[in-house]
Amino acid sequence: MDAVKNIIFIVMTAVLINNYVLNQFLGICPFLGVSKKLDQAAGMSVAVIFVMVLATAVTYPIQYFLLNPKGMGYLQTIVFILVIAALVQLVEIVLKRYIPALHASLGVYLPLITTNCAVLGVCISNVDSYLVETAAFGGGFVNALFNSFGAGVGFLLAMVLFAGVRSKVEKANPPECFKGMPITLISAAILSVSFMGFAGLVQNLFGN
Amino acid sequence: MDTIIFATVAVTVIGLICGAGLAIASKFMSVKVDDRIPKVRECLPGANCGACGFAGCDGYAAALVGDPDLPVNLCVPGGSTAAASIGAVLGREAGEVEKVVAQVRCSGTCEATSVKMDYKGLDSCAGAKLLFGGTGACVYGCIGLGDCAKVCPEDAISIRGGLAWVDAKKCIGCGKCVKTCPNGVIALRPADAHMVVDCNSRQKGAGTRKACKVGCIGCKLCERNCHTGAITVTDNLASIDYSKCDGCGKCIEVCKAGCLLALNISAAGAASAE
Repeated sequence: MDAVKNIIFIVMTAVLINNYVLNQFLGICPFLGVSKKLDQAAGMSVAVIFVMVLATAVTYPIQYFLLNPKGMGYLQTIVFILVIAALVQLVEIVLKRYIPALHASLGVYLPLITTNCAVLGVCISNVDSYLVETAAFGGGFVNALFNSFGAGVGFLLAMVLFAGVRSKVEKANPPECFKGMPITLISAAILSVSFMGFAGLVQNLFGN
Repeated sequence: MDTIIFATVAVTVIGLICGAGLAIASKFMSVKVDDRIPKVRECLPGANCGACGFAGCDGYAAALVGDPDLPVNLCVPGGSTAAASIGAVLGREAGEVEKVVAQVRCSGTCEATSVKMDYKGLDSCAGAKLLFGGTGACVYGCIGLGDCAKVCPEDAISIRGGLAWVDAKKCIGCGKCVKTCPNGVIALRPADAHMVVDCNSRQKGAGTRKACKVGCIGCKLCERNCHTGAITVTDNLASIDYSKCDGCGKCIEVCKAGCLLALNISAAGAASAE
């Protein structure tokens, strides 16, 4: 029971409290760029969830088995970027070959995610939070996978919410100097502030 | 020094493994693309207008290669030239492409009709349409806020006197404006049509007359006077069957409302009507 509770805790934290877009300000580029239409925002987010989990599944073992034992933790960023970029390309090739339908819906977004900072950020924060060199590989790895899934869902939530906000903002009539990007950034800021309201939620729910 | 060398080697090796993996994957998992698709694609004009009913020129090219029964003459902007060259690539009969252009079926300029409100809302016909069916006294006519002009890929549409106007020379007949117009005022007509019905009002005669000086009142004079039976009046509105019309111009003479517009009246047609 404790394990399930722990997983729910991790996912809830990643989605609501440490939302990677609205609270840690990673992946702002797609957040502002692709959130104009709801279906595009959702498509992009599903691709992000997919890539985040895959990237963690690959980078976490690299850190645990290769970088840390050799004392090369400082190579983290460059190695992760290299591996994630290659991985996304590989996923695109495989999807195109075996699941053309999925490729047709996610395909255009995959290259955009190749070097997305949210994906790299999730991989690095997973290593920072869950990797304990002295502990066994399994536990931390599972936690990291669920954290990256939660981070992806958090991205989806932020994108879908913001797509809705933007469709309203488009129809509003702000003063001339606020039209376009300024009002978009202001509404993003308000959305981000509103997410701070979740801060105490998980602690109070789970009592830890 | 060892640390630097080891780190460099490690990153290089990881890079090489990734690169080799990708190269192998792209070799073994490559999807065979029919080499006729890019050839067919080159024959198409690349306007991505969607007149063929597919998602852009790439979509039509892929569909043409995939489906041997699909007609090659669906591209309106490309016309007969595109159809002939596609036919040559795929070894099929090209067939004729009828050149069509968009026609705004409304002559309700600011002088002929009036507005029923001082509209200050969203600058789009679709927005205005939501408020009591549009700004004009006639709910069937052109709203004149230019939704069609915004979607036109060739800038062929402009607003003149509160009315959308299509430059037939620039129009490629893609039909985007037809789909956009919330009132369905715009229709495609053959480029060499003799005449057009310049009204879209389906109201009864009295209602049309009240709203607009030049609307079709559905009096059927044109229908009775047409010797080829090309004009029929349905729902209080005249419509022309272009396959039958020989351009005699008789209907324009008898029309009292002035909603029939002559484009090119043929002498041959006029002679056969006599």
